[in-house]
Amino acid sequence: MDKAETNNSNSLSFAQGLRDGLPICVGYFSVSFSFGILCVNLGLSPFIAGIISLTNVTSAGQFAGVRVMLAEATFMELILTQLIINSRYALMSLSLSQKITPGMPVWQRLLVAFANTDEIFAVAMHNKGYVPFLYMMGLELTPIFGWTAGTLAGAVASGLLPENIRSALGIALYGMFIAIVIPAAKEEKGAFWVVVFAIAASLSLTCVPYLNRISPGFQIIIATLVAAVAGAVLFPVENTEGEA
Amino acid sequence: MNIYAYIAAMAITTYLIRMLPLTLVQKPIRSRFLLSVLHYVPCACLTAMTIPAIFSSTAGIVSAAAGFIVAVLLALRGKGLVTVAVSACVVVFLTEQLMLYL
Repeated sequence: MDKAETNNSNSLSFAQGLRDGLPICVGYFSVSFSFGILCVNLGLSPFIAGIISLTNVTSAGQFAGVRVMLAEATFMELILTQLIINSRYALMSLSLSQKITPGMPVWQRLLVAFANTDEIFAVAMHNKGYVPFLYMMGLELTPIFGWTAGTLAGAVASGLLPENIRSALGIALYGMFIAIVIPAAKEEKGAFWVVVFAIAASLSLTCVPYLNRISPGFQIIIATLVAAVAGAVLFPVENTEGEA
Repeated sequence: MNIYAYIAAMAITTYLIRMLPLTLVQKPIRSRFLLSVLHYVPCACLTAMTIPAIFSSTAGIVSAAAGFIVAVLLALRGKGLVTVAVSACVVVFLTEQLMLYL
């Protein structure tokens, strides 16, 4: 970070944060809409679905989490699932800790950490210079609103939607996952093989007798670790700082 | 078990993952292996969650497969999240309507 860049921090206001968060908000609304539908299909109330989105603000984690919950799994399994699936946020928070205004007080860091999602992180890192506290608050506020409102809307609308529409919306979250994974796999040899390993591991765990008795949460954990560790051994990355 | 206890456990875990590095860790990670694992976790995890679950995410495996193929093709062409997700939904819907008349 050079000194000239840090001067831009002043223009990164709360209002600018809200504006930069708006496209994320719109995207989140459409994706969380299908999360709301999923929750209702799994037997949860719209209120519960909304609470989950408001308190977690994480697509993949919530998606796996509700399945683990409804399988009546242990707390350990639920926590482990979140740890593995959301471990990427640890790396993002680590990168973000270098990007926020130096000397930011701990109470502000505690708030900034709440909604450090993939997209919010990406936008924050895209700015020149250090990002101040109020900008981060604005940048997180609109997406949190979109994520929660979308979930509630989806959950409430679910009962009103005909079966064929609900069926079609069931694939939306997976479509988003594919849109994240494919470009990475296309660009990076390591990521390509990680995807191949993950498919192989996941299919083995769900199809092979005995292995398929492992609960869904642990299947995801095991497949993720196997593929990520294999990728790390075979294709170690040079320097991942700031590109998680 | 109480649903709120589950939600609290999930939310607190997720928050701690985001909060601890931001408040406690002052120096960057040095282990190349650990950095590499963390780097590959999103791809590995999203893939494991998608395959094979996507094929049972709709009313039938045929419409799900159609949606899957279209999503992969669009993603390969560099289309954005919302475009890919919405297109997959539309294809699933159209496939299921078509199948009604076959």
